[in-house]
This record gives sequence, C-alpha cells and structure tokens, in this order.
Amino acid sequence: MHQWDFSPVFSNLDFLLLGLYHTFLVTALALSFGIPIGLALALCRLSRFRLVSGVATFIIEFFRTTPPLVQLFWFFFALPILIDVRMTPFVASVATFSIQSSAFFAEIFRGGINSIERGQWEAAKAIGMSYRQSLRRIILPQAVKRMIPAFLERSIELLKTTTLISTVSYADLMFQANELAQKTFRPLEVYTVVALMYFFLIFGFSYASIHVERFLAKSGESTMR
Amino acid sequence: MNYQWDFQTVWENFDVLWIGLIGTLKIFSVTVVLGLFGGLIVGMGRYARPIWIRGPASIFVEFFRNTPVLVQIIWFYFALPILVPINVSPFLAAVLGISLNTAAFSAEIYRGGIQSIEPGQWEAAKAIGMNYAQTMRRIILPQAIKRMLPPLTNRGIEAFKMSTLASVVAYVETLNQAKLIASLNFNPIETYSVVAFAFFVILYPLVQATYVLERMFGKSD
Amino acid sequence: MSAEAVVEVRGLVKRFGDLEVLKGIDLKVREGETVVLLGVSGSGKSTLLRCINFMETPTEGRVFESGKLVGTEKNGRMVYRERELCALRTRIGMVFQHFNLFPHMTALQNVMEGQTTVLRESREAAEKNAIEQLRRVGLEDKAFEYPARLSGGQKQRVAIARALSMNPRVMLFDEVTSALDPELVGEVLKAIRQLADEGMTMIIVTHELGFAYHVADRVLFLDGGEIIEQGPPAEILVKPETRRAKEFLEGHSLFKLPD
Ligand SMILES: Nc1ncnc2c1ncn2[C@@H]1O[C@H](COP(=O)(O)OP(=O)(O)OP(=O)(O)O)[C@@H](O)[C@H]1O
Ligand SMILES: [Mg+2]
Repeated sequence: MHQWDFSPVFSNLDFLLLGLYHTFLVTALALSFGIPIGLALALCRLSRFRLVSGVATFIIEFFRTTPPLVQLFWFFFALPILIDVRMTPFVASVATFSIQSSAFFAEIFRGGINSIERGQWEAAKAIGMSYRQSLRRIILPQAVKRMIPAFLERSIELLKTTTLISTVSYADLMFQANELAQKTFRPLEVYTVVALMYFFLIFGFSYASIHVERFLAKSGESTMR
Repeated sequence: MNYQWDFQTVWENFDVLWIGLIGTLKIFSVTVVLGLFGGLIVGMGRYARPIWIRGPASIFVEFFRNTPVLVQIIWFYFALPILVPINVSPFLAAVLGISLNTAAFSAEIYRGGIQSIEPGQWEAAKAIGMNYAQTMRRIILPQAIKRMLPPLTNRGIEAFKMSTLASVVAYVETLNQAKLIASLNFNPIETYSVVAFAFFVILYPLVQATYVLERMFGKSD
Repeated sequence: MSAEAVVEVRGLVKRFGDLEVLKGIDLKVREGETVVLLGVSGSGKSTLLRCINFMETPTEGRVFESGKLVGTEKNGRMVYRERELCALRTRIGMVFQHFNLFPHMTALQNVMEGQTTVLRESREAAEKNAIEQLRRVGLEDKAFEYPARLSGGQKQRVAIARALSMNPRVMLFDEVTSALDPELVGEVLKAIRQLADEGMTMIIVTHELGFAYHVADRVLFLDGGEIIEQGPPAEILVKPETRRAKEFLEGHSLFKLPD
C-alpha cells in the first residue's frame, strides 16, 4: 500500500502557483487577442466579397478542425523557419491559442450577429446609419449579450487547452507539475493535487458561468451556444 | 523568403506516418465506442431515482468535464500505477483519459436530448397506457436521437482531435510519428503541415456532416 | 340507479405542496353521460381530470372505474401500482389542449401506436381499427400525413382518434379547442358532439358555453377546488344560483343563450 505524503507538494506550492500564474497569463493574452481577431474573422466571413469570406471561412474551419497540439507544434517548430523569428515557448503558446480560439470566437460572433432579426438592420438603415454604425451601435450590443454564455464556455475550454503548452516546455501549471513530480519522486501526490487544482478552478468558472447564464435568461435574453 | 521546401523527405517517410495514422485510428475507435457507450450509461445514471446512483454519476460528469484531458492522461500514466499494481501502457492511459472525458460530455448530450422533448409527449404516451420503458423506446428516444446526433458527432470529432494527446506519453500515433520524422530530417515545417492537413481532410467531412444533420433534424419538429 | 357509474370519485383531495387544489370532490358519471366542467382559470378543472386517469396521483380520496376501486388500500393509505394505472389509462381516453401528437409518426401510426405497443394487437387489426377511427373524425384521407403537415383542427381530431382507438369506456377532454384558431374550433366540436350522440361517456372541460349547452347532460361548476353548483345546462347556464357562477357566465358575454 502506498504511503501518501503530500508534504513535498505543499512545501513547493509556490513553484506550482508560479505555473498557475503562467497558465492564467497565456489564457488572458490568448483571450485578449483571440476575441478581436475572432470578430474580424466573423465580419470577413459575413462579407459580401466571395474571396474575403472564402479565406475567412477556410481559416476558421481549419483551426476549428485540426488538433490544437498539432497547431502548437507547427507554430513552435515550423513558423520560426518560415518567418525567421525566434519563437520562445511563450510566444508560440500565445500565438497558437490566440488564433485557435479566435476561430471559435468567430463562429460565436457570427451566430450572434445572425441571430439578430433583419428588422434591426433595416431600422438602423432607415434612420440613415451606415453598415459600420449599424453594426457598432445597434447589432453588436444586442448580439454580445446573447453570446456571453458561449463566450464563457469557450474561455473555459481555452483554459483547459492551455495545458498543452507544457509540451513545448512553457512553465505553466502542467509543466511545473511534471518538473515537481520528477524532482520529488512523488508523482501520485503531485498530479493528484494538480488535477484537483484544475478541477476546482474550472468547476468554479463553470459554476459561475451557469449563474451568469441563468441571470441573462431571467433578464429576458435568449441564450445561444 | 527563400526557404527551400522539402516535402520529398515527408513522402519518403510516408510509411512511418502511416503507422502513426493506424495508431490514431485505433485509439480513436476504442475511445469513441467506450466514450459514447459509457456516456449513455452515466447519462441514464444521472436520471435514476436512487441517490447512490445519481450522486456518483453527477460527480463523475462534473469531474471529467471540468479537468483537462492532458492532466487525466498524465495522472493515469504516472500516478495510477502507484495506487494499483497494474502496468499502465501509454495506450491505456490515453484511452482512459479520452474515453472518460468523452463519456462525461456525451452523458450530458443524452440527458439534454431527452430533456428537450416536451413534457406533452410523456403525457400523451402515459394517457394511452404506456409505461416508462415503452414511452422511452417508442416515443422519446426516436425523437431525442435526432437532436443528439449532431452533438454526438461533434464529440466524435473532438475525440479524434484529442487522440494527438496520446503522443505526450509517447504512444505511437500520427503526431508522435511526425515528431520523429521532423527531428530526423530537420523538416518540421513540412511534416507538421502535412499532418495538419491530414487531420483537416479526415475531419472536415465529418464537420460538414454535423451541419447537414443539424439542418435535417434541427427544425423538422 | 338506472345506469352503472363508469367513473366515480369520492372525497378527492389534491395538494401540490401547501397548495390545496382540490378540496374533496364527489362525482359520479353514468354510462353514456356527458359532463361539462366549468370554472375560472386555476379552479382545478385540469387537475380533476388528471386525477381521474391518474396522470396525477390523488392526495386523498378514492377513484372507482366501472364500480371497481382503483389501487389497493394499505394501512389506511392508497397504494397504486404502475401496471394497474397503465391498464386503467387504456380504458380512460384523454385529449389535451396542445394535441401532443407524436411528431415522428404519421397520423395513422399515431392512432396505431397504443393498440400495438400497449394492447399488443396485431398490426393488421390495429391498422384496420385506426383507419376506422380516422374515418370517425373525418380524416381517413390524412392517414399518411405527418403531424407537421396538419392544421390545428386536424391534429386535434387525430388526437381524438388516437384516444378512441384504445376503445375507452370514458373520454376526458381538457380545453381541446383553446389552442385553435377560431375557424378551426367547429370541426373539433362537431367530432365531440358526434361522440356524444353515439353514447360515449365523456367529461369535458371547455370555455365554449354554447357547445356546453347543447352537448352536456350535466354541467358542474368548479370554484376554488370545490363543486359549487351542478345540474342540467338549461338550469346552470341560464339561472345560476351562486354569485361566482353568475360572475363567470357574465364574463363570457359572447355567450348568447338560444331561445
Ligand atoms: N404540477 C403542479 N404543481 C404545482 N401546482 C400545480 C400543478 N398543476 C396545477 N397546479 C396548480 O393548481 C391550480 C389549479 O390548476 P388547474 O390546472 O387544475 O386549473 P384549471 O382550472 O385547469 O385552470 P385553466 O383554466 O387555466 O386550465 C393552479 O393554481 C395551478 O397553479
Ligand atoms: Mg386547465
């Protein structure tokens, strides 16, 4: 029977917390790049110009359909050769997950924009608004509210997916766990604690997002996924 | 940009990639069957009346939906053998992680599909004397399955993508073989591009299929 | 008594948590009788119907079907077995406000379903009877249509045929025309009226007072979970005694009594 011993884990908690910080950092950066890129991709996909919408559609579908780990390897090992920049694990991670999540956000934006009735566009047009004005002042404010649940869900998925960056040796929580497990020869304790850390973190976010969703549903906003 | 593309070496190593693809298909088929079938059982468990079935089923779903698959695979690979005296192969670790994750998500799909059927259907079936099993089999499931098919197909696609995670514990699948080729021939850019496109070509028809299913079944009733 | 009571309810009480919806209902429906239930929204009409075929389980009281007590008494409490209730529901037909047709089946399959799955009849016999029932409601030419392609009135008539196909001893109708466009109400009421003429035993909840006047043998007025007045339609609908019944009838100002 295994003798449980958590003390090596807890005495190195700061080591793990540093990893957690890096996990959050990459998630936050990927979100802050991914959402605007996603909006741009969505608008391109909705564009009247066939070429623009075709290219946007391909980018979106490609990044939604291929495994994120393959994308990460491509950005980390391949891109530097092509454009001659030095890829650090950090840059590769942020770049991969910004673009990967932007493809998903694009579809959320598109769904949200499409869900607004035609009448809203026409009413905006009728008072002389341009396409941009209608989008900014009338359509997006309504659409964004409906998209919040899907946004939250996607962000949580992103947080889970960031564990992959440990494979290119970026010191996120997963990577720190691997290090600590090797250093302390206590893989069971380390991985159990880390699994629980991830669980409570993600469960907490999921739980909160369910409440946001309920609140939105109550305040009369139909939710979409 | 004057990069010399070298797809030649990728094609020369096609047999290496092929072995990987077989490995990917193997792990995919095992996880998708276990995951979708396990999800059905867990989903029914969440419906059961006794709390000692419903409780664990709910905890299972919440736990595996809310932890990253990679963490699970690594836990099964490095931690589980310490607890139970079994030899956990990379294959087993990956199968456990991906199947349990798929089961947890699909359990919610089954549950949601059944709950999306209006209560009036249960009432009408009850009113002509049908019991629970008859109602489920004849009235609820035939309708619910149509609604569950697109998200379940989606789960299959996700399982296929997740199979690449098995490379982290050095299971021989496509990405793992790609790593090998790339490091031996110094051609990561070509190798990973080929692999990315291979996944795209395999999965995109399935993605399209879910759209078609959604359109077919989405608004019909 | 001349005819046997097809359905009898004694001391029926139904509570949802703290809310007492039915406060001790006694009701006897004779063979071939048509009883119309009236009352304001929330007075418990639907709940009473649903307790009769055990869509809801009564909190207290007894229900008898063709003179036989439903359920068994154990230590002063009623125990109901699911098997018994399923069998009971085949003998008590029910039609709903929102039709609740099975959307994945044609009209014919809807009408056959209970016969084949519950009564275990052969497909041939079920189909023959189903066509007969569809003819009864004037829809034999829609047998192979799916519900999505039927009008509201047609859907409701298929639902009636579905209930009839089980050869029930009594039929319950819960506001079956309330969800219909006005021009579709007539065809459904006609089908029900025809059933009354054929001697079907029925309990009907409706807000169509003109219809009630013509079809009912007896009108019950339900208020706050109690029957406050009952009698032949010519009395209850023309000169009600209680203030609540008067108010209710005045509320339906469109109702003109035939001279
Ligand atoms: N399943 C239930 N749970 C809790 N309360 C219920 C339930 N079903 C009915 N009620 C309550 O019981 C009361 C009577 O409901 P019922 O549906 O029998 O009224 P009704 O006379 O049919 O009204 P309406 O004309 O609106 O159909 C209402 O206050 C209703 O809110
Ligand atoms: Mg009612």
